[in-house]
Amino acid sequence: MRRAVIAFTAFLGGLIFLLASGPATAWADGESVKGTLKSQGQPVTGVKISVTDEGGKPVGDATSNAQGTWEVPVPSAGAYKITIDQSTLPAGVSLRFKDRSTLTVQVFEGNARNVLFALDAATNQSGEKTPDGTAADDESDAYWGRVAQLAFEGLSLGLIIALGAVGLSLIFGTTGLTNFAHGELLAIGAFIAFFLNTTLGLHLLIAAPLAVLIAAAFGYGQDWLFWGQLRKRKTGLVSMMIISIGVALFLRYLLLFLFGGSSQSYAQYTAQEGIQIGPISATPKSLVIIAIDVVVLVAVGLALVYTRIGKATRAVADNPALAASSGINVDRVIRIVWAGGTAIAALAGILLGLSQTVNYQMGLQVLLLMFAGVTLGGLGTAFGALVGSLVVGVFIQVSTLWIPPETKNVGALAVLIIVLLFRPQGILGRRERIG
Amino acid sequence: MDWFLIFSRAFEAGIGSEAIIYCLAAIGLNVQFGYTGLLNFGQAAFLAVGAYSIATTVATFGLPFFLGVGIGLVLSVLLALLLGIPTLRLRADYLAIVTIAAAEIVRIIVRSVALKDTFGGTDGLQEFAHSFYALNVFPAGQYSILGGFIGFDHRGMWVLLVGWVLVALVSVILLFAMKSPWGRVLKAIREDEDAVRALGKNVFSYKMQALVIGGVIGAVAGFIFALSRSSAQPDLYSTELTFFAYTVLILGGAARILGPIVGAALFWFLMIFVKTGLEEAINKQVITFLNVNQVGAIQYMIIGLGLILLLIFRPQGIFGDKREIALDAR
Amino acid sequence: MHADTGFQSRKAAALAAFEGLASEPGVPKPDPILVVDNVVRRFGGLTAVDVAHLEVQRGSITALIGPNGAGKTTFFNQLTGFDTADAGEWTFNGRKMSGVPAYKVARQGMVRTFQLTKALSKLTVVENMRLGAQRQRGENFFAGLIPQLWRGQESLITSEAEELLTRFKLIAKRDDFAGSLSGGQRKLLEMARALMGNPELVMLDEPMAGVNPALTQSLLGHVKNLREEGMTVLFVEHDMDMVRDISDWVIVMAQGAVIAEGPPHTIMSDPRVIDAYLGAHHDAPLSAEEAEQQLHEAEAELTAEADQTGMDGNSRKESGDERG
Repeated sequence: MRRAVIAFTAFLGGLIFLLASGPATAWADGESVKGTLKSQGQPVTGVKISVTDEGGKPVGDATSNAQGTWEVPVPSAGAYKITIDQSTLPAGVSLRFKDRSTLTVQVFEGNARNVLFALDAATNQSGEKTPDGTAADDESDAYWGRVAQLAFEGLSLGLIIALGAVGLSLIFGTTGLTNFAHGELLAIGAFIAFFLNTTLGLHLLIAAPLAVLIAAAFGYGQDWLFWGQLRKRKTGLVSMMIISIGVALFLRYLLLFLFGGSSQSYAQYTAQEGIQIGPISATPKSLVIIAIDVVVLVAVGLALVYTRIGKATRAVADNPALAASSGINVDRVIRIVWAGGTAIAALAGILLGLSQTVNYQMGLQVLLLMFAGVTLGGLGTAFGALVGSLVVGVFIQVSTLWIPPETKNVGALAVLIIVLLFRPQGILGRRERIG
Repeated sequence: MDWFLIFSRAFEAGIGSEAIIYCLAAIGLNVQFGYTGLLNFGQAAFLAVGAYSIATTVATFGLPFFLGVGIGLVLSVLLALLLGIPTLRLRADYLAIVTIAAAEIVRIIVRSVALKDTFGGTDGLQEFAHSFYALNVFPAGQYSILGGFIGFDHRGMWVLLVGWVLVALVSVILLFAMKSPWGRVLKAIREDEDAVRALGKNVFSYKMQALVIGGVIGAVAGFIFALSRSSAQPDLYSTELTFFAYTVLILGGAARILGPIVGAALFWFLMIFVKTGLEEAINKQVITFLNVNQVGAIQYMIIGLGLILLLIFRPQGIFGDKREIALDAR
Repeated sequence: MHADTGFQSRKAAALAAFEGLASEPGVPKPDPILVVDNVVRRFGGLTAVDVAHLEVQRGSITALIGPNGAGKTTFFNQLTGFDTADAGEWTFNGRKMSGVPAYKVARQGMVRTFQLTKALSKLTVVENMRLGAQRQRGENFFAGLIPQLWRGQESLITSEAEELLTRFKLIAKRDDFAGSLSGGQRKLLEMARALMGNPELVMLDEPMAGVNPALTQSLLGHVKNLREEGMTVLFVEHDMDMVRDISDWVIVMAQGAVIAEGPPHTIMSDPRVIDAYLGAHHDAPLSAEEAEQQLHEAEAELTAEADQTGMDGNSRKESGDERG
C-alpha cells in the first residue's frame, strides 16, 4: 500500500506542490472542491467531475476547462465524494488507479479543497514513466533513464531558478537588501505576459519580450521611487528586509485580486508532444526554455565582466563608498541593477509559467528555491548563485527517486541547512574579515 | 450597513483566539528579534511543532494529552537547537533563510501524502482536544460580555481564559528576564555581538537561549492554535503566519513587553473590521465594484501595505522606543 | 588600587626590561605575557598575517605599527579569537590561546577594543559598563528571573562602574545613551568598559582614531595609567607622536610580517621601517581588505574632523553605509 502511495505521488511530480500548497486561510473564498487534470504535464479538458455529499446526494458537476481545471462550490464544510467520469477522458488518457475514480475528501470552513486525480497516458512507450517497474523490461535501464530524465528536468528548473537568483544576488550585492519580494518579481513578469497574451491577445513571442521590458521599467521605477528613497533615508537593512516582506505580501495579493486564485496557462505552447532524445523525453518548449536560460545567463555574465556598467556593478557590490569616491554614480548603477534584475526575474517567471502554470503563489514558492540557490553558492556572488541554483534544481528533481515528490523541496532545503553546517560561506563564498 | 455587527465581530477578534495565537507567536519573535536581533522567519514551524505534537500524540497514537504538551515543548527546543547550531555563528541573513526553509520543510512533511497516516496529510488531524475541553471551568452555554456586545460559547471562553493567562504568565516572566543582566546581554548582542564577545560573554549560547525560549513560546502558541480549532491543518502554518506575527510585533512595538499584546489585539481588530466592513458594504450594495471573494486579497494587501508604512514611518510601533530597536542593524 | 607604585617607577621598570634588547623581529623578552609562534592567516591568495615569532613584555606599553594593510588588525583578530588563524600557536600567561573562542580569551584577561568603536549606543553608559563585568550571576536566565540572587552583585558592579566613569570623566553621562557620546567619549567608554573585566592585557586597536585633539591627552593619560596599575598594553596606532610619547617598545609590521622591533625613539630611523612605509604608501591598495581598511581610516579622520567642528557630539552613525 505504501509503495502504491509513493508511486501515485511520484507520478504527480511538482503538480501537487505547485497547485495545492497555497496557504489556505481562515478567510478564503467560500468552500469548494477543485482540481486540475493533467496528463504528462498537459491539461486534460472536457472531463466530467461530479460531487456528492457523504450520503450520495448530488452537490454539483463540473467539466475541466482548457487549462484542465475544474471547481465545484459546496454548500458548507464537511465530507464530499468526488467522482471522475472515466468515459469522458480523452483517448489515450486513463486513470492511473482505475479503482480510485471516486475520492472522499474533507472540506474545511473557508477551504477550497484541492482534489487530485492521477492521469496516465495510456500510450506510454517509455518504461521510465512507470516507477513501479511493471512496464520495464530492463529495470536497470529504466532506472538510469529515469535518473537522466529527472536530471534533465532538474537542470531545466535549476536554470530558471538561476535566472531569478542572479537578479536576487545582484540586488543583494549592490544594496545589501535581502529582497523577499523577488519571487513576486517573477510572478509579476509571468502575469504581465499572461495579461498581454490572453487578455490583449498578443502572441506569446510578442507578449514575453514586451513583459520583460515592462518589468524592467517596473524595476527601475521601484528603485527610483521606493528603494532608492529608503536608502536616502538611511533605512537599516533589516528594516528594508521586512519592508520587502510587506512589498511581497502586497504584490502577491494584488495579483490574486487582479487575476484570481486559479492556475493559468498561456495561450500558446501549452500542449506539446514530447520528443525523445536518447533516454530523455523533452517537449520542444522545454528545450527552447533551456536555450533562452543559457543565452541570458551567459549574456549577463559577459556583461558583468566586460561592460562598463557591469564593471561598475561589481565595483559597487565590492565597496559602495569606494566606488562612489572613484566617480561611479552608485545610485544610477543600483537603479540599472534593479531594472536588469527585475527584467531577468520577469523572464524567469514567464519561463516558469510556460513550463508549469501561472499562479499568484508561484513567487513565494520559487523564492525559497532562489534563496537556497543563492545561499548555497555563497551570498552576494552572482556566479555562486548560478551554481547553487543548478544544484538546487537538479537535487529537487533527482531526489524524487527516493522521496515522495510532494516533499521534494524538503531535500533541497535540507541540503541548504547541511551545507551551511560544513561550509558556512557557501560553495563559492569566501570567509569574511572582522573588525 | 450593520455597524453593530462590524464592531462586535472586530472586538471579538481583538480578544479572541486568533489574537492570543498571534500574540504568543509575536512574543516569541520579540525575544528573538525584538530583544536579541535574531531574524527567525520560521516561527510558523514552531507553532506547527506545538500543534502537531498534541494532535499526533493524542489523535494518532492515542496517548495522553499532557504528554503531547510535553513532547511539543521538547521538540520545539530541539528544533531551535537544530536551526541555531548551523546558523547562529553566521550573519543574520543566514538564520532568516534557514528558518524560513525549515518552516517550509515542516509544513511539507506534515502535509505529505507519504505520512498521511501519522499527520493526516492536507486534511490534518482532528479529535485530540477532548482532554483540554474536559478541564473547562465554564459550564456549557453562551456567554455575553459588555451587555451582549460580544459573546463566546463555553469552549471559546475556556480558550480565552487559558490563552490570556498564558500570555500574562509568559509576559511577566519575560519582564523579569529582560530587566535582569541576562536581558542586558541580549540587548547588547542585538546591537553588536562582537563587542559583547570582546567582553567575555558566550554570544552563541545567549543567542541559542533566545532562539529556544522564543521557539518554546511559539510552540505554546501552536498548542492554542490547535486546541482552539480542535484541528491541526498543515497549511495554516505557512510562512505568511510568521510574517503576520512580525507585523503584529512591529505594530505593537518590538522590544516592549506590551508590544505583542497590543499589536495582536489591534491587528485582529483591524483585520476583522476591514473584512466584515467590506463584506457588509458589498452585501448591502454600498460597494459595487468588488465581490466578496476579493475581500481576502484586499485584507492581505492591507497587511502588506501596513507593514511597509509602519516600518517607514513608525518603526517603533505603538509602544517602542525608536532608539532601541534592531531595525537599523546590518 | 595600585597607587603605591609611582608613575616613574613602572615606566622605568618597563624601560629597564627592554634595556639592551636587539632591534630584531621576534627578539625574546625577559618576562613575556604573550608569546606568538608562526601565526598565518590567508584571505584567498593574499597572506594577511605571517608572524614567525613575537613576544610582548609584561607590564609594558607596546605599540604595533605598520603601513596600511600590514595586517595589524587581522593579527589582533587572530590573537583575540575573532578570526581563526590558518596556522600557528600563541600563549597568554603560558596558557595556550590558539583556537580559543573570543569570549574565553576575554575571560582569561586578554581584552581588546575595536578600530571602529563598538560602544553599544542603544544602552546607557552605565549599562555598557555593567556589561563589562565578569561572572555575573544574573546573566543566567533562571537566576536572572529572581532579582534577589543578583541585586547585591549588581550594586557592587555599579559602584565599580561609577568609579571608572568618574576616572574617565564620563560620570555626567552615566544615564545617557552611549549613542549620544562623541567619538572620543566612546573611545573612553570602550576602554573603561574593557577594564570592568579586570584584564591583564589590554589590546587597543587604534585608540586615537576619531578622537578630537582635546581628548587626546586625556586618553594618553589613561593608557599610561593602565601600565601604572600593572596591566600590559598592546596597541595599534598610526599617530607617530602618540607612539613616541607613550610606548616603551614598538613592533613594526609590513605585509603581514613583523619586520622590526625596537625602542620608540630609534625605530623610526630603522631603514627597514622607512622602506616599508615609503614603499607601501605609494602602492595602490592590494586587495579589498586593504581598500576597506584605508576607507575605515579615512572615515575615522572624517569623524575626527567632525568632532572638531561639532564639539557637542550628537549621535552619529558610526560606520556610514559600510557593510560587514
